[in-house]
Amino acid sequence: MTVGGAGQLGSLGALASRDTPAARLDARVKVLATLAFVAVVASFGRHDLLRLAPLALFPLVLAALGDVPLRALLRPLALAAPFALGVAAFEPLLDRAPAFTVGGVAISGGAVGMATILAKFALSLSAALLLVATTGFDHVCVALRRLGAPRALVAQLLLTHRYLFVLAAEAGRSLRAHALRAPGRRRPTLRVAGTMLGALLVRALARAERIHAAMKCRGFEGELPLVRRGRPGRPDALFAAATAALLLVARAVDVPARLGAGLAGGLP
Amino acid sequence: MSHHLVGVDDVHYAYPDGTQALRGVSFLLHHGESLGLVGANGAGKSTLLLLLAGVVFPERGAVRVGDWPVTPATLPHVRRSLGMVFQDPDDQLFMPTVEDDVAFGPLQLGLPPDEVRARTAAALARVGAAHLGPRMPHRLSGGEKRAVSIATVLAMSPDVLVMDEPSAGLDPASRRGLVEQLQAFEHTKIVASHDLDLVYEVCRRTIVLVGGTVAADGPTAEVLARRDVLAAARLEPPLRLQGCPRCGAAG
Amino acid sequence: MHMSDALLSPAVGGALWMVTAGAVAVSARRVERAPDARRVPLMGVLGAFVFAAQTVNFSIPGTGSSGHLMGGLLLAALLGPAAGFLVLASVVCVQALFFADGGLLALGANVLNMGAASCFVAYPLVFRPLAGAKPTGARLVVASTLGGVTSLVLGALGVVAQTTASGVSTLPAGPFLALLVPIHAVIGAVEGLATAALLRVLWRARPELAPASAPSRAARMFTVAIAAAAVLVAGLGARLASALPDGLEWSVARTAGAAPAEPAPVPLPAVAGVGITLAAVALLFALLRALRRRARGA
Repeated sequence: MTVGGAGQLGSLGALASRDTPAARLDARVKVLATLAFVAVVASFGRHDLLRLAPLALFPLVLAALGDVPLRALLRPLALAAPFALGVAAFEPLLDRAPAFTVGGVAISGGAVGMATILAKFALSLSAALLLVATTGFDHVCVALRRLGAPRALVAQLLLTHRYLFVLAAEAGRSLRAHALRAPGRRRPTLRVAGTMLGALLVRALARAERIHAAMKCRGFEGELPLVRRGRPGRPDALFAAATAALLLVARAVDVPARLGAGLAGGLP
Repeated sequence: MSHHLVGVDDVHYAYPDGTQALRGVSFLLHHGESLGLVGANGAGKSTLLLLLAGVVFPERGAVRVGDWPVTPATLPHVRRSLGMVFQDPDDQLFMPTVEDDVAFGPLQLGLPPDEVRARTAAALARVGAAHLGPRMPHRLSGGEKRAVSIATVLAMSPDVLVMDEPSAGLDPASRRGLVEQLQAFEHTKIVASHDLDLVYEVCRRTIVLVGGTVAADGPTAEVLARRDVLAAARLEPPLRLQGCPRCGAAG
Repeated sequence: MHMSDALLSPAVGGALWMVTAGAVAVSARRVERAPDARRVPLMGVLGAFVFAAQTVNFSIPGTGSSGHLMGGLLLAALLGPAAGFLVLASVVCVQALFFADGGLLALGANVLNMGAASCFVAYPLVFRPLAGAKPTGARLVVASTLGGVTSLVLGALGVVAQTTASGVSTLPAGPFLALLVPIHAVIGAVEGLATAALLRVLWRARPELAPASAPSRAARMFTVAIAAAAVLVAGLGARLASALPDGLEWSVARTAGAAPAEPAPVPLPAVAGVGITLAAVALLFALLRALRRRARGA
């Protein structure tokens, strides 16, 4: 992650504060739908590339309903890619046996496997990013609490997210001060970084004590209450039903093959 | 039953590392008074505020707020009467949105949801921040953060409003807005600050702390005109009490 | 290193979600049972600190590459295993949601690989016994380095076990391990050195912050339980995967050069079907976008 990372985190969360059809959906419904979607994407086999196509409907419809620009998703995807890419890149090397032929040209199982991993990567990670971009982190946290996540975990999520921006800015200032005084170096040595982070840590602990004082002054006893009203309504039921239908159909029916067969049958 | 609202009686306090922060501070504050607390860095201003709020307790002497001595057992009562605005809004605003943050205090008081909503809206309106409700604290400007910090305390309807360096880090226009707001509050106020012009405009009474003791206590206009006291406290008179730099005429 | 959704099967991912949920629930109960309101903001700020620390990339001596702090061992040393694990779980969660690091299905696996390995294994079984009650100088460095190596290598083992058990990648376990373990041993050593440096700065500036108290017997039992559950789940997952024709055995057979199946012709109608599907999805997307644009303009 880079210092710019904190900016990305802010901009993704800010998208959710706008009033859009996707933002109005109940957070719990979106959390559960996203988890189900991710599980269904993962359930397809190594060579099921083509069957993943219908699943693109879920992230694209959510992005459209939430007014989320696609480039807000592409940047994090590109940054997160290295590991999945690294593993996927081994596929064509390991599995060279031709699995398919087209017009005399053989396509190896590894090539299909690689493409499948990449498609799954794009689908499931964009779903995770869209959850935040259409819901907002605080609403996701409330949803998790209402779905049974422990109180201590939800408090951690909220506070980590709140102070991430403050501390990332402090770390950024330290790095800039270092860059100005050590122009020849691109990044600090381990020793310098240790001192820098140590100072950041000492300041962070002092901040935790000040925050605790501020919390105590307003009657804090250990709970961070969030006021979020609303219960699932008709749009939520519709969204849940549509998602369930999409996932069931994509799982049970080979949609592209059916469509292709129908097309071939329809032609004279 | 006493007539004063805040009573500090011969209070001593040392930090855990042994540094003596306060050595025998006493004063009484009555309803409707506005008190400026001035002094150099390390003079004991912030420590005194923490003692008032019951975040720390004196090793000698006593603090009273309203009808209650400030002790661990009376804290719930003390916190209904005394609202504390900390220096760094990033410490004060710990909830994910402005609304959540302003509602935090009233919810901890156990108020019903409708009352919490009403108080949140009223407090935000009072500081001119009604439109900031759903925003995230880290996306606010310095002046907005300060206004919301004050709203988080106003929502608890305190009898005394205590503020630590309220004008720190504000641009001149935000600072002017803050001064006007503070002048308009009918609350009993305690303002700790280096900004003597702010104290001059907002507080009728001023206490100067030097080395953990009270060096002067009296009407602001008189105290801030005493150059010997200010020099001992490593302070400068407010600009409006200084001579005109152009013509040399006295302030 | 984050395990990725794209490499996990739902069975393995779901099972590890369960284990993680259990570990989080037990840790949360332990944190909530010792009600110290001071720890709530402390834990939150330390979570944010780990995040901020990860933005500081430092150069690793002699390699020309760079690294950053992971924080698991540090959190365990500052907060104790249960609270440290909870903080790391929240950090991994934020990473998954905002940075697409790993993904949501892989969340369970990632929390285990990064949090449980450092907080429930490396800290109580390696760091604490080696560091003793008042760790200073060389002792602290040795304990942190070995603790760091243990957590990172365990995490790498987790990644390999989960990938292999899932059977999505053809990468066989042996070479995968040979590839990942040495790298992670080095990263772990750097992590340990950074942790030691930080703890030294901190304990010098704030001597009153003594290291967290020694782990109780219950904590050790919990460590054993988590390890057993993870091994059990990984074992079951591998069994399951190898029982399926498309699973582990397949990949081993494939890489061992067993007779490959006859290549099938590309299912051209299905490819055409994909074209139609994607065109329909794109059309719907464009339509919704246009509707929204009109709604916003209105």
